[in-house]
Amino acid sequence: MSLQTMTPSQPASLRARWSEGRNLALLLSVGAVALISVARLISDADRLTSSTTIGTGLRLAVPIALAGIGGLYAERSGTVNIGLEGMMTLGTVGAGYAGWQGGPWWAIIGGIVGGILGGLLLSLATTTFGVNHIIAGFAINIIGSGVARFLANVWFTTDEAGAAGGSITSSPAIVGDLGRFSVPILADGPDLLGDLEKKGWFFLSDIAGVLKGLTKDVQAETLIALVLILGSIYVIWHTPFGLRLRSAGEKPSAAESLGVSVAKMRHIGMAISGGFAGLGGAVIVFAGADQYQQDQVAGRGFLGLAALVIGNWMPAGVLAGSAVFGYALGVANSLDSGISVRGLILAVAIGLALLTARAVIRGRYVEAAIQATVGALALAAYLKVEEVNNQFVYITPYVVTLVFVTVFAQRLRPPAAEGHPYLKGQSL
Amino acid sequence: MTNTAVASAVAIELRDIVKRFPGVVANDGVDLTVRTGSIHAIVGENGAGKSTLMKTLYGAHRPDEGTIRVNGAEQSFRSPRDAIAVGIGMVFQHFQLADNLTVWENIVLGDEPGSWYRIGAKHARTKLRELGVRYGLEVDPDALVADLGVGQKQRVEILKVLFRGARIIILDEPTAVLVPQEVDELFKSLAELTAGGATAIFISHKLDEVLAHADAITVIRAGKTVGEVPDPSKVNSHDLAELMVGSELPSPETRESTVTTDVALEITGLSVATPGQAHKLALDNINITIHRGEIVGIAGVEGNGQAELVEAILGLEPIASGAIELFGHDITKASTGDRRHAGIGYIPEDRQKDGMVLSFPLWENCALGHQRQEPYGDGRWIDRAASLARTEQIIREFDVRTPSSDVPALTLSGGNQQKLIVGREMTSSPKVLIASHPTRGIDVGAQAAIWEVMRLARSMGLGVLLISADLEELIGLSDTLHVIYDGRINATLVPAAVTPKILGTYMTGSARTDDPNLTATAAAAAAAAANGADHG
Amino acid sequence: MADTTERPLLDRLASKFGPNIVAPVIAAVVAIAVSSLTLLAGGYNPVRAFTEIGKVLWSVESLILILNRGAWYYVAGVAVAVGFKMGLFNIGADGQYRLGALFAAYFGAKADLPPVLHVPYIVLIAVLVGGMWAAIPGVLKVTRGVNEVISTIMLNFVATGISAWLLGNYFRREDGTLLTATKVIPISGRLPNFNRILSSIGLGLPKGSVLQGYIVIAILVGIGYYILLFRSRFGFELRVSGENPAAAKASGVNPKRMVLTTIILSGAIAGLIGIGPLLSDPTHYKYSDQFPFTLGFTGLSLALLGRNHPVGIAFAAIIWHAIERGTQPLTTKGFPQEIGKILQGAFLLTAVIVFEVMQRRSQREAVRDAAVKSSVQVEAAPA
Repeated sequence: MSLQTMTPSQPASLRARWSEGRNLALLLSVGAVALISVARLISDADRLTSSTTIGTGLRLAVPIALAGIGGLYAERSGTVNIGLEGMMTLGTVGAGYAGWQGGPWWAIIGGIVGGILGGLLLSLATTTFGVNHIIAGFAINIIGSGVARFLANVWFTTDEAGAAGGSITSSPAIVGDLGRFSVPILADGPDLLGDLEKKGWFFLSDIAGVLKGLTKDVQAETLIALVLILGSIYVIWHTPFGLRLRSAGEKPSAAESLGVSVAKMRHIGMAISGGFAGLGGAVIVFAGADQYQQDQVAGRGFLGLAALVIGNWMPAGVLAGSAVFGYALGVANSLDSGISVRGLILAVAIGLALLTARAVIRGRYVEAAIQATVGALALAAYLKVEEVNNQFVYITPYVVTLVFVTVFAQRLRPPAAEGHPYLKGQSL
Repeated sequence: MTNTAVASAVAIELRDIVKRFPGVVANDGVDLTVRTGSIHAIVGENGAGKSTLMKTLYGAHRPDEGTIRVNGAEQSFRSPRDAIAVGIGMVFQHFQLADNLTVWENIVLGDEPGSWYRIGAKHARTKLRELGVRYGLEVDPDALVADLGVGQKQRVEILKVLFRGARIIILDEPTAVLVPQEVDELFKSLAELTAGGATAIFISHKLDEVLAHADAITVIRAGKTVGEVPDPSKVNSHDLAELMVGSELPSPETRESTVTTDVALEITGLSVATPGQAHKLALDNINITIHRGEIVGIAGVEGNGQAELVEAILGLEPIASGAIELFGHDITKASTGDRRHAGIGYIPEDRQKDGMVLSFPLWENCALGHQRQEPYGDGRWIDRAASLARTEQIIREFDVRTPSSDVPALTLSGGNQQKLIVGREMTSSPKVLIASHPTRGIDVGAQAAIWEVMRLARSMGLGVLLISADLEELIGLSDTLHVIYDGRINATLVPAAVTPKILGTYMTGSARTDDPNLTATAAAAAAAAANGADHG
Repeated sequence: MADTTERPLLDRLASKFGPNIVAPVIAAVVAIAVSSLTLLAGGYNPVRAFTEIGKVLWSVESLILILNRGAWYYVAGVAVAVGFKMGLFNIGADGQYRLGALFAAYFGAKADLPPVLHVPYIVLIAVLVGGMWAAIPGVLKVTRGVNEVISTIMLNFVATGISAWLLGNYFRREDGTLLTATKVIPISGRLPNFNRILSSIGLGLPKGSVLQGYIVIAILVGIGYYILLFRSRFGFELRVSGENPAAAKASGVNPKRMVLTTIILSGAIAGLIGIGPLLSDPTHYKYSDQFPFTLGFTGLSLALLGRNHPVGIAFAAIIWHAIERGTQPLTTKGFPQEIGKILQGAFLLTAVIVFEVMQRRSQREAVRDAAVKSSVQVEAAPA
């Protein structure tokens, strides 16, 4: 909910905005943990902040974040990317094949290549031919799933693949591991954080659980993703390439008037977008049984898109959005998920109560009313049910997105020229 | 004001430039010679091909025929990059600025001073401050462009050109959006530049301005060069006008008054809030009465509430307070559809955006806005045959040049599109006509035709509200003239007693009269001031 | 000036047959070429594959199946097209029809009504639920400015969760079987089929083939859509809003009401999609976890392929399922049946590209033509 720093009402220097944003992000994270630990104590949902839950959440957040950052490159360059899902699917089949043939590192490369091909195909339709971005992106999703199934049939039904465990719906397992790392002393060795977590103290143990979840058995692909995402912040905001990319998404005719090729920027943006989505597909492959499985992306491309929207088209926002989704899914996948989700609903209710109070103080009554209504519903749900049904757990990220978008719609600011096909010389 | 140091070197030489677009030859053998170190004006009426020529010179598109020489060397530009490389820069009519980027980001885009891995922000800021001080173009490099005013945005555009070290600067209608003080500042900066050996080319159709500031003038008509004026002091605006349109400019004079005492449209105490800023009023307590047979003109610098006034009358946006009555009926709460149905005709400022559906055939465009009424339909169904018949009638009576009534509207020229819109409004038995910049961007012929229609509307007993930036048009056509400034009516004038100069002083808010009785004295004072400035 | 021999082949074809015929033909050729190359690359003989597809399609059974399924697809296409025409991307047709079908199945099976009332009752429920679910993104858009693409994508997932929960906990029939399904719709609630009429006029269908009565609903939807769009004032305003919202507003259209009406209409028609399997398909007559999913997404493809035109969507629906039907048994002949997905995808993407390119070209042509024709007038007119 760090939207305010992203859309400042008065111009502030970039540096000031950045440090203000960082402080706020830290404050909000700590606040969120505090909020959840209160809810945990009241509702006895002890797994809410356990390191296992957080660890799972982290692993689930990574592909969403990768898809979201992929979407960011596309949309910052001016192309709406509804095709993330299809590109991730191409990534999974590419990773499955390359990984089976050459091991885990090749799986990463195969995933990226698969995604890039999908990205370039979309960019061919939108940038070269000026097709409506949503229509074309939608077509890419259909093609992505079709091509993946076809390739699976061709690649994984041979005798050789069959002997290795492949079938029409899944690739042979990828042998080997990229490795995983734990931070010594804190999460490993003496495991100080683990000790603290076990104490069950208010807030302190929660923080320890969260930190341990983030530092214990971190997979290599998670680290790769993190480096790439943080690198993206630099690339998009501090390099000439990034500036040109953003100009193509904000005011393409201005870019063209200065001799910057909008088409080139949008093709490159889309290729990078596909690459990130494909990498996300590869990570999904590793998150399961280390093999391609049909339909295993299961809507995470769309979740990436949602993270992009609620992250207000900013990398840090995308990360925060993915973290929220990943955490919700991590809670849903934890033991006693019904109880944990009930605890989470209480946290949401308390959080919304605080937001409502803030909105009232600032005189934003519509916002306050919406927040109060949703908060009251959450509270009612908490009081009414003993354990939350799994289907509701499943829809949590989507409802979160809907509520978020509804509350903050007026303050979200997508790139100005996003979604508008641009043909050379069109508006000079 | 003119630069007396005339250098003999030639900066730009264009020969026989031909540029064709589908269905139009925009430039048909244009010649242009610009001396180094001069301020060179290019004049011509709308659609003459001035902007097309400048885009060719800037490499935004390639000419079909002809040669371009810059400082004596022949050039073939494939993109603006090539033009930038030989020192040409262009300030576009519609600002080419990304709102959500900072000033310095907009300026360095494409020529970042750093290396591939960093933009070089520090260097950019320093250089911008230097340039700003040197040419009187100071802007905060770290401000977001969205937060700048029009004048500042233009500074950023010029800085963009200077940052690239351009020695030849093209400005496409740079003064169209500026208030007089800003115009003066602009030409001061340009004089500064040309004194240092740079060359400036600007497009305009404000002839007074051209005569005051240009060292040389080229006149373009219908895609051809029709006149070269090496010494502007030897011509007057009348000569220039004749060169521009091939004959005398039509004049918007009205004949004898047809104003009645019946009130057609009455606006009382109208206030409108600024979107997003609840406490700032875009319109503040506006009172306007339009009688049958009267044209009420609204003068004002753009963005002072004209658009909001139109929206309020048509019911397009909510109002804060006030009342609007149409022939005694309160329509303050009526929907846009009901108001149009009740007889409010509308000629929008931007016809392609608000007045037409370009991909629809002409007959559907004629039905637009009148789809609930005869002959276009009965409110539930659309009557195709009757709509077609009415469209044929409009095409005939209003001289819309088109092969048929079934072609898409995008195939019409701007003037013919406007005639179609005027025709459909006039044939739908309106009681009040709201005309917003009705002759903007169209050729002289269509302009004269539309003035004729306005006079006709007046003599038919309609109440007409005319909003325009063309002061001659306002003074010539209006029976009553209000000046709007900062959301208020700050002067009500008798058109016969004012000149564009006087109107200008009211429009910038430097003079005001809320009491019509004071008009005569205030106008006289303003006139004296304006005359004084003229002789000085 | 406009010498026809100088113009590119594409333009000449377009002016002769119209872009709406030429574009799909080009798209079909490209799609077949792409899938042939794909087959070749995979080591298969494309000629034999397409021969097999042809063989499968060349039968009365296939024709009946294509018509039956095509009718569902058609309604799905129209549901989405209504929104498209107004510039609304109702990606949510999928959730709308599934929720509509679920409620209709549950309450329809519970009700005890005579046939004349039972069918309309079930249809009404489906339409109401579909429309109401569609109203959510509509209200969010007009009150809060929420982009409907985002909200409908999210709501599809939400609909999936809610319907699974309702079916599993409340709407499920309790007959001891493991099947997760609602009760079967009684005969009084089903649509009659055409078999008896056909055999009475001597056109007996092969054993096991049923020509579903739902086709009548699909045809009615198509006719209604045409009249609404091209003959009614509402349709005129809807099309204007889609092409130029600002002009629509200035012409007296209330944009918010238009958005809300259109998306609810789109959702209501989407509600009709599920009526096909529910009331007309003997393998269903109930909502279960085997119920046909993703028909709403298919509708998106068909609206695009059919250019939102009532006739175009019909062709698109038939071709779409012909591809599915033709490629379905390929696996048993040693070919990958997934080639059907590639055919569909390539067809869709090429079609939207070719439509886009041809539309731009034909607009340019129109400008040129008009300029040539009216310049004759200008010269004739006094200067």
